[in-house]
Amino acid sequence: MKSFAYQKPASAQAAVGMVDPMSAAGQGGAFLAGGTTVLDLMKLHVLTPDSLTDVKTLLPAGIEERDGALYVGAGTTMAAAAEHPAFRDRAPALSDALWKAASPQLRNVATLGGNVLQRTRCPYFRDVASACNKREPGSGCAATEGVNRLLAVLGTSEDCIATYAGDWANALILFDTQVEVTGPEGDRTIAFEDLHTLPGDTPAVETTLGDADLITGYLIDLPDWAWRSVYTKVRDRESYAFAVASAAVALDMEEDTIREARIGLGGVATVPWRARAAEDYLAGKTLTEETGLEAGRIAFADARGWGHNDFKIPLGQQTILRGLMEAAALTREGTQ
Amino acid sequence: MSIGNPVHRIDGKLKVTGSANYAADFSVGTPLYAELVTSTVGLGRVTSIDDSAARAVPGVRAVYSHANPLPVDAADFFGAGGRAQQSWRPFESADVRFNGEIVGLVVADTLIGAREAARSMRVQYEEQDPAAVFGASGLEPEDLPDRGLSMGDIEQAMEASSQRVEETYTTYANTHNAMELFSTTAQWAGDELTVYVPSQWVEGFAAGIAEELGIDAARVRVVSPYVGGGFGGKGSLFTWTAMVAAAARDQGRPVKLYVTREQGFTTASYRAETEQDFRLGATADGRFTGFEHQGREISSRADTYVVNGGENTARMYHADAVRTGVTCIHADRQTPGFMRAPPEAPYFFALESGVDELAWKLSMDPVELRRINDIDAEPVNGVPFTSRSLMECYDAAAERFGWSDYEQTVGARTEGDWLVGWGCATATYPTQMGPCAVRIHFDATGQARVWVASHDVGTGAYTVIAQATALALGIPVDSVKVELGDSRLPPGTIAGGSISTASNVSAIEMAVAQIHDRMGTTAETMDPTAAFEAFGQRAIEEYAEWIPPAASRQQAKTLYNGKVAIVGGAEEDYTAFAFGAQFAEVRVHKYTREIRVPRLIGAFAAGRIMNEQTARSQYLGGMIWGIGHALLEKTEVDPRNGKIVNANIAEYLVPTNADVQELEAILVPETDTKVNPAGVKGIGEIGIVGTAAAIANAVYHATGTRVRHTPIHVEDLLPQA
Ligand SMILES: Cc1cc2nc3c(=O)[nH]c(=O)nc-3n(C[C@H](O)[C@H](O)[C@H](O)COP(=O)(O)OP(=O)(O)OC[C@H]3O[C@@H](n4cnc5c(N)ncnc54)[C@H](O)[C@@H]3O)c2cc1C
Repeated sequence: MKSFAYQKPASAQAAVGMVDPMSAAGQGGAFLAGGTTVLDLMKLHVLTPDSLTDVKTLLPAGIEERDGALYVGAGTTMAAAAEHPAFRDRAPALSDALWKAASPQLRNVATLGGNVLQRTRCPYFRDVASACNKREPGSGCAATEGVNRLLAVLGTSEDCIATYAGDWANALILFDTQVEVTGPEGDRTIAFEDLHTLPGDTPAVETTLGDADLITGYLIDLPDWAWRSVYTKVRDRESYAFAVASAAVALDMEEDTIREARIGLGGVATVPWRARAAEDYLAGKTLTEETGLEAGRIAFADARGWGHNDFKIPLGQQTILRGLMEAAALTREGTQ
Repeated sequence: MSIGNPVHRIDGKLKVTGSANYAADFSVGTPLYAELVTSTVGLGRVTSIDDSAARAVPGVRAVYSHANPLPVDAADFFGAGGRAQQSWRPFESADVRFNGEIVGLVVADTLIGAREAARSMRVQYEEQDPAAVFGASGLEPEDLPDRGLSMGDIEQAMEASSQRVEETYTTYANTHNAMELFSTTAQWAGDELTVYVPSQWVEGFAAGIAEELGIDAARVRVVSPYVGGGFGGKGSLFTWTAMVAAAARDQGRPVKLYVTREQGFTTASYRAETEQDFRLGATADGRFTGFEHQGREISSRADTYVVNGGENTARMYHADAVRTGVTCIHADRQTPGFMRAPPEAPYFFALESGVDELAWKLSMDPVELRRINDIDAEPVNGVPFTSRSLMECYDAAAERFGWSDYEQTVGARTEGDWLVGWGCATATYPTQMGPCAVRIHFDATGQARVWVASHDVGTGAYTVIAQATALALGIPVDSVKVELGDSRLPPGTIAGGSISTASNVSAIEMAVAQIHDRMGTTAETMDPTAAFEAFGQRAIEEYAEWIPPAASRQQAKTLYNGKVAIVGGAEEDYTAFAFGAQFAEVRVHKYTREIRVPRLIGAFAAGRIMNEQTARSQYLGGMIWGIGHALLEKTEVDPRNGKIVNANIAEYLVPTNADVQELEAILVPETDTKVNPAGVKGIGEIGIVGTAAAIANAVYHATGTRVRHTPIHVEDLLPQA
């Protein structure tokens, strides 16, 4: 990899003061947390920051109750969060999504701050010889007519169809989550749903974070019915694979009737995706295969396939149906 | 029948404690590090190379390319009887023949420096559109009429059938992803060269390196005592190996090259994609009439490499008429090569899927259909099998699997949200051997040493060789020391074609017979102290050169020449194959259609089994790879520029532990006294054969969707939107 300076500040505030931007603009600061995304991409020369600012030990780690909500430190590892009782008991989707992500080795080092900011696995983004508007604005998109089986069908543009590859964010988006950020101008919060931005014609810009903004934690407002939540992940193999399609589902039910449904989608969209129209449709409905599939159809009504990934439209619909069925089958003890 | 004791691997402790030295582990003082630079276009020419940034990286010593080539000649291509993975040298011209071809080699003081410098090279190309995949325009088909088989009148036989299958099956390219990465370390001492390189063929590598460097083969030593996964990927001489040796000579320092995982996808050999036109007819009572199997296989522009599995699918069952053929499709790709069961893995996917399709058309149990067409002699020339236990394998596996509950109805079984399907398929692999020499030293303390330039590619060869020697001499296994994987040892065989054990054991038994002969001893009565006292010597050493009886005069002469001779399979006066039967249960999710394999049971009969434990591991490993072949492994080539887009093991998927559920290999007893004096058939490759078809057949049973390609993915089974 290209030589870089390693910086280890004493505090989060100092980190914000010294961090270099990751690239020209719109990709946040060059922080080093678990390193599983950033070092990987630096080895490929996809990222070439002049320095890395190590924040791993500076970030709050752990999960606790705070003002009736759940506070999650950005330094918490995926492994620690996956097995935390607060997730497992109160919102299993948040735990499931982590268990089904990556591998034990990765989960042991990767942090929840870095996790939501992980970069796409689009093969053309990862290959410096290919055209990619996200990596090199204006160079074109090799993916729209390329091998795009794993790429997105929702939230795409002619300039970019890169999938948001992560899992946990698709579950996090179900709940009213505030992202706590420390930046050069002090502390602020961003609604999680506003963190990631659609590619549009500026796919290099992926979030609303500034070049020196550091995520320190998340404040998650969990409804008390969030125990009825699942993360259904379809992947080519049983473990250690990115989602081909996934659905995070939380249901508030009265007998067979859905009072409120929340659906987050992964593997199919350019950003963590909330299927609000499908949720609205489901409110007040009895869950059956027909209504579940109709919710799927609504969620993918505006989807666009790019050839190899056309199947993600029917697959995504079926994944929603399956997620709804699996959530409905949960009982309070978490057994099916 | 004899099944050897399940002796634990004698090198097991070395391996799990990390003290077994793999090629890249050898320390050679303070080496320089080399790094490959590979092309980013799929066809064209290098027009300029700007290495100023690369040379500015601290510690960079040299940048080699066609503009500053290394003195390395081309050696003969493996597929044409030579040793090299391809017939040309990367630096012989500015031409780029495929995406990912070597266009430069950087040498630096550190690995990091070499890597950074390689990434900083600015290579400009004049780019053309490659024809890299089936369907591209500009492919060059080469018919190979000599490679086909023909018996009887195929059209007439097809007409005589009451049911027939006529389909095209395709298999995608697969890439070697052994745990051990490719590497080469070269060290000169005066004119003597030692090369540490992961190798399944140290003899051939040494001869090939000498040929490429234009030096005497006696001056080259190739060392590869442990190999972290071979499977054919380390069977022909790598393009970069002599380059590293030449760079070491040029620099006057040892040089070490690690090939990255990504570069391993494009600079080593691989299993190319195939398209197979298949026809099979049967009478109403299930007797096969006509069988036709025509393959098309991707190769490079320059080299003709085909695996031509029709040669073996044609020997499996009864047929009134047979026709097979193969066409090499020259494309802008690297030259393919061996991968576990090179012909059988792809071609038996077609055959065994086709037989299953026919069974459904005939409303016949697929096991019974195979029984009806079981034979004693192969149909093409009518030559008998030395032994054939195919139906014994079916019966053993079927019983264990519970096949008597099979119901030939689509979607008959569900479990929870999963559709359940069952399928079966035949496995086979030709029994082959090669000329092999061993030296055995035996002394009055009862200790024996065995030397042979054979290889332990993870198979358990060290253990099996020790066992065979111990058994033949009549001493305990732990009294035998074995040395392998060094070209200075007596010439062994290539670790390919599943020939190692049959050849090694035959040569060992010959050498030990010489010892017994001279000492007047037998294994049964061996008492080393008394025997050596009577013999009047402290030790004895014997050397044996074993030549397979069916070897041609030319094949017999390959010993000491670093040439390959593989004898066996369908020969003029005998037909020798090992057989097996694989049964798969699959589950397909009723909504999202993921395919999982909760059960896989195989039964195999392969003559004398030297070691029950290592044999079982071979079978299980093959079956696991078969799951990958069926459902996961796919080398994705971008047709626009020939770039492999999933050249990493996050997106090139192989089975994880969670993908392997109930897995069982049954060892069916078999005695074969004709195949070779040792009675041993090869077991290294058969385990992967038929697995993909068994899984595809089970997918059909579960869903009613017949998928005629590998790998099978969710999208093949989804309802349309
Ligand atoms: C082989 C492989 C398979 C994987 N499979 C999956 C999978 O199946 N599902 C899944 O969800 N993920 C998967 N991942 C991705 C993995 O989960 C992420 O790489 C990981 O969560 C990133 O966390 P990290 O702490 O290592 O981040 P880093 O690599 O340290 O950082 C990632 C990015 O976030 C920035 N950053 C880090 N922390 C902060 C912060 N606190 N504030 C602001 N910016 C910050 C960094 O500057 C960098 O740009 C996989 C990764 C690999 C390598």
